[in-house]
Amino acid sequence: MLKDITIGQYFPGNSVIHRMDSRFKIVLDILYVVILFLANNFISLAVAGIFIFMAYGVSEIKPVMMFKSLKPLLPLILFTAALNLFFVKGTDEPLVSWWIINIYQEGISTAVFMIVRIICLIVGMSLLTYTTSPIVLTDAIERLLSPLKKIKLPVHELAMMMTIALRFIPTLIEETDKIMSAQKARGADLDTGGLMKRAKALVPILIPLFVSAFKRANELAMAMECRCYRGGEGRTKLRQLKAQPIDYIISLLMITVLGFVIVDNIVFV
Amino acid sequence: MNAVETKKLTYKYSVGTPFETTAVDNVSVSVELGEFVGVIGHTGSGKSTFIQHLNGLLKQTSGEVYINGRNIRSKDVDIKEIRFEAGLVFQYSEYQLFEETVYKDIAYGPKNMGLSKEEIDKRVLKAADEMGIGRELLDRSPFDLSGGQKRRVALAGVIAMEPKILILDEPAAGLDPSGRDKVLEKISEYHKKSGTTILLVSHSMEDIVKYADKVLVMNRGQLFCYENTDKVFSMAKELQMIGLDVPQITKLAQLLFENGIDIGQDIYTVERAKERIMKIIKGKTNA
Repeated sequence: MLKDITIGQYFPGNSVIHRMDSRFKIVLDILYVVILFLANNFISLAVAGIFIFMAYGVSEIKPVMMFKSLKPLLPLILFTAALNLFFVKGTDEPLVSWWIINIYQEGISTAVFMIVRIICLIVGMSLLTYTTSPIVLTDAIERLLSPLKKIKLPVHELAMMMTIALRFIPTLIEETDKIMSAQKARGADLDTGGLMKRAKALVPILIPLFVSAFKRANELAMAMECRCYRGGEGRTKLRQLKAQPIDYIISLLMITVLGFVIVDNIVFV
Repeated sequence: MNAVETKKLTYKYSVGTPFETTAVDNVSVSVELGEFVGVIGHTGSGKSTFIQHLNGLLKQTSGEVYINGRNIRSKDVDIKEIRFEAGLVFQYSEYQLFEETVYKDIAYGPKNMGLSKEEIDKRVLKAADEMGIGRELLDRSPFDLSGGQKRRVALAGVIAMEPKILILDEPAAGLDPSGRDKVLEKISEYHKKSGTTILLVSHSMEDIVKYADKVLVMNRGQLFCYENTDKVFSMAKELQMIGLDVPQITKLAQLLFENGIDIGQDIYTVERAKERIMKIIKGKTNA
């Protein structure tokens, strides 16, 4: 049951998007968010939308995955749409007027606009995690944040902590599953009773889990020390991040879209 | 009445996805009361999945499981009762220890059964004795003990529930030879004394030969065979074909046979091998 949880929804592949430098992917993703928020009319939004759908097209990620990424945020999308639908006031007569509810044409168009914007936002962000493995992602974050070392931020250590945490999530889930089964075999009752009783029932699971997590951490630290790990200073990487022509091409495309959106905004004030 | 009975037990993982796999495939076996059954199979053959059905931790895709004649999935059966009746000890069971003292940890199972304080005390002391845990250890923290001791405390924790059927998943895995012998010896003694039905999953053929009356062999989720220990190990070739080992002494007998010395195909204990070899040597000196 716990095993069904998927963490980091990375789908290995060999598409253009997969092969892109992850630093570029992160920066371009942020840029894409900026584009979405700059776009103030349907034409700009459509261009941004088409851009991300084309990106999905070349990424070899199944279109179904786009919907999957939207599913958990569906309530938020609907809530935003409803707010805009009911509370945006237009200049013309309301299209529907019933009791205290007035729906204007502007309300409908704002609601649609918001839905499309949020969908593009989520889908765009998901593309990053779909095509980049968590380890590569932390690597890229480390590189992008490295200027902050100047202000004494332990960037490498933070990235290492993230990497280790990500690595051990599946291990811990498996272990929790095992301990739960073992305690259930001894008659532990995890599903019934009041809040206090349930909280107490967790003790036999949490204690062994912490014990083994600490033990594991200790062993890992020891193993790292045995291999002379001593932090980021002068350390080289297994995966060298290197910008390829494709990274610049896609960046150029993104900047073109950005330019178009800015121009479009000025023309259609 | 059979202690454990399964009828066409099937379990599938991730049903309805491309990852669908059948871990246990149509397994029907019955274990009689008081038997000591060894369960063997290659890694991933479905042994562990199979035994987790016997106390209802996993829910079968199809088929039935009967414990002491009761269908564990029937509506009028409380699954918790079944868990006390069929005690399951997991692999590396020392990871389940959590209490402040050894005593309290052993008492966890009986406490969940809702027994009286006196009864719990009686059972804890008895289980500790069965597993060779000295009284002086009962007030110590389980985390201070050695690996072998921890393992025996975990076993005592299940034995204290006095299950009629005891299912053990690799109880000796990862222990040093003396810890290993001690754990298995204690289990065997407990079996003889209490008459508990035991299912022992193990990778060590030597252990199985030594302790089990019958052997259940699993291969790729299916029941490969379920026979008396003698019979199973006389099929050395077949066992090796499905990636299982046979006792080392059986391999020696095979080697001898291939080199022209036939000491018999039913060799799986050192004692018997010794007997036969001595016989042949004596025969030669006499001739």
